[in-house]
Amino acid sequence: MRGLLLILMLLATPLRAEEVVLGLSQDQVSISTNFDGSEIIIYGGIKRETPIPQDEPLQVIVTIAGPQEPITVWRKDRVLGIWVNTDALEVSAAPSFYAIATSAPWDEVINESEDLRHTISIPRAIRSIGAWSQVAKPQDFIDGLVRIRKKNGLYVLDEGAVNLRESTLFNAAIHMPANLTEGEYATRVFLTRGGRVVSIYETSIDVRKVGIERWLFNLSREQPLVYGLLSLAIAIFAGWGASAAFRLIRSG
Amino acid sequence: MQIYLPIAEVSVNAYLLLGLGGMVGVLSGMFGVGGGFLMTPLLFFIGIPPAVAVATEANQIVASSFSGVLAHLRRKTVDLRMGTVLLIGGLIGAALGVAVFNYLKSMGQVDLLVKLCYVVFLGVIGALMFIESLNAIRKTRSGAKPKRRKHNWIHGLPFKMRFRTSGLYISVIPPVIVGVLVGILAAIMGVGGGFIMVPAMIYLLGMPTKVVVGTSLFQIIFVTGFTTLLHATTNYTVDMVLAVLLLIGGVIGAQIGTVIGARLKAEQLRILLAIMVLAVCGKLALDLLIQPAELFSVGTAGGH
Repeated sequence: MRGLLLILMLLATPLRAEEVVLGLSQDQVSISTNFDGSEIIIYGGIKRETPIPQDEPLQVIVTIAGPQEPITVWRKDRVLGIWVNTDALEVSAAPSFYAIATSAPWDEVINESEDLRHTISIPRAIRSIGAWSQVAKPQDFIDGLVRIRKKNGLYVLDEGAVNLRESTLFNAAIHMPANLTEGEYATRVFLTRGGRVVSIYETSIDVRKVGIERWLFNLSREQPLVYGLLSLAIAIFAGWGASAAFRLIRSG
Repeated sequence: MQIYLPIAEVSVNAYLLLGLGGMVGVLSGMFGVGGGFLMTPLLFFIGIPPAVAVATEANQIVASSFSGVLAHLRRKTVDLRMGTVLLIGGLIGAALGVAVFNYLKSMGQVDLLVKLCYVVFLGVIGALMFIESLNAIRKTRSGAKPKRRKHNWIHGLPFKMRFRTSGLYISVIPPVIVGVLVGILAAIMGVGGGFIMVPAMIYLLGMPTKVVVGTSLFQIIFVTGFTTLLHATTNYTVDMVLAVLLLIGGVIGAQIGTVIGARLKAEQLRILLAIMVLAVCGKLALDLLIQPAELFSVGTAGGH
């Protein structure tokens, strides 16, 4: 058993010949009241025990993925002259946010099978189990979802956004939009050669509401009745306040 | 200035929300409508999730209606007695409406039903009110005396009650029925129901237009307050930050609206409301008839 393990380790060693050393400009994103997006700078170097292999150029892929959530994708169709939601696909898990930055055009950095294995590209990141039993053409629904989220800046593929110097140092800036949800944002860095992944580095960025945002959110979940009454009280008070203020203005 | 909304989880421009709140507030003060039928689609448009928009809108309507009612109370244009009778009917109707809503939800297509409800009711009410007020304006122009309200079958019903402010002596049955019907529709359509209540009070109950606005607002406060609590405790979709931004604009707008409303003639007020109702109806109808640019839409799992 131990011998087998040793052999496996020896076999694994060439894969580990190049390793990522990573830095993040911030490993935490605080959503405060005036939050309007954030820029994450990812920088790093490649650690080697051996000289730089000269066969195929090194490429880098950086991905940041928001929390996975189940969603429903609807398709409208014409029924009796009006457009209504007819079919729905329940997607079991799709990231709320997904950004990919690469050091070269997509086809040059990774091949199909490696993409499938590591679920890197945007369509691969969306898991739709049992899609075929729900609708006739699930791919149309997935495409629709990707199209909508790309338009909202939630799904991004930025080819060439990773700067790679001397096959050793790299950096990338990933923009996170204002409409972020809370959670752990899984951050992955892939090193590839000839379309094959040679090294992976994983970490996470913590996206959290802070201050009054945090307090209000917690209150609405933990004490919903208090929260509701507080909302009403604010509404009544504001209504009375405006009325009183206007009476003062008119009489004064 | 961008502000992040904690429940809606989107970042929006604060001035835009203040402006929207103010605009809808003016309409609320002028016509006695909550403005939900206008505001909710506008909030969808700027990217607020529908569930949050509907719930938060109810909270904002409480504020603008309360502000409007205070202004009307000072001018003694609220029929508290009529308002209470309508409200009793309204709460019964709202409870029935929620039951109907949940039943339809279990069958799917509740989304479509809500939209069709909007189109049909806004269309019918808008058209009727438009024609009626146009006739009224023409009559005053030609100098003919406005017709006195006629006695009809409504005056033959039992349980009569005197509504001094409205100058009516009628049975409580028609206002309660009106309240129930409006309550049902309000619960299904997710609005205060002012745009149905106002014409119902004018044309079915024969109340004077000036009293109708204040009385409608009075009733709306309670219905939307109830709705807010219901949404906050069951769906957690009331966004307080969004509500505050909307209602700051809203309460100021409502005060301005009341002043404008007091200067306009009743027929002019009605024809303006009619035009607005028809415009919203037209927009919703077009959305249903024209092929949308994006056939797909994304919703949370299980929701519509």
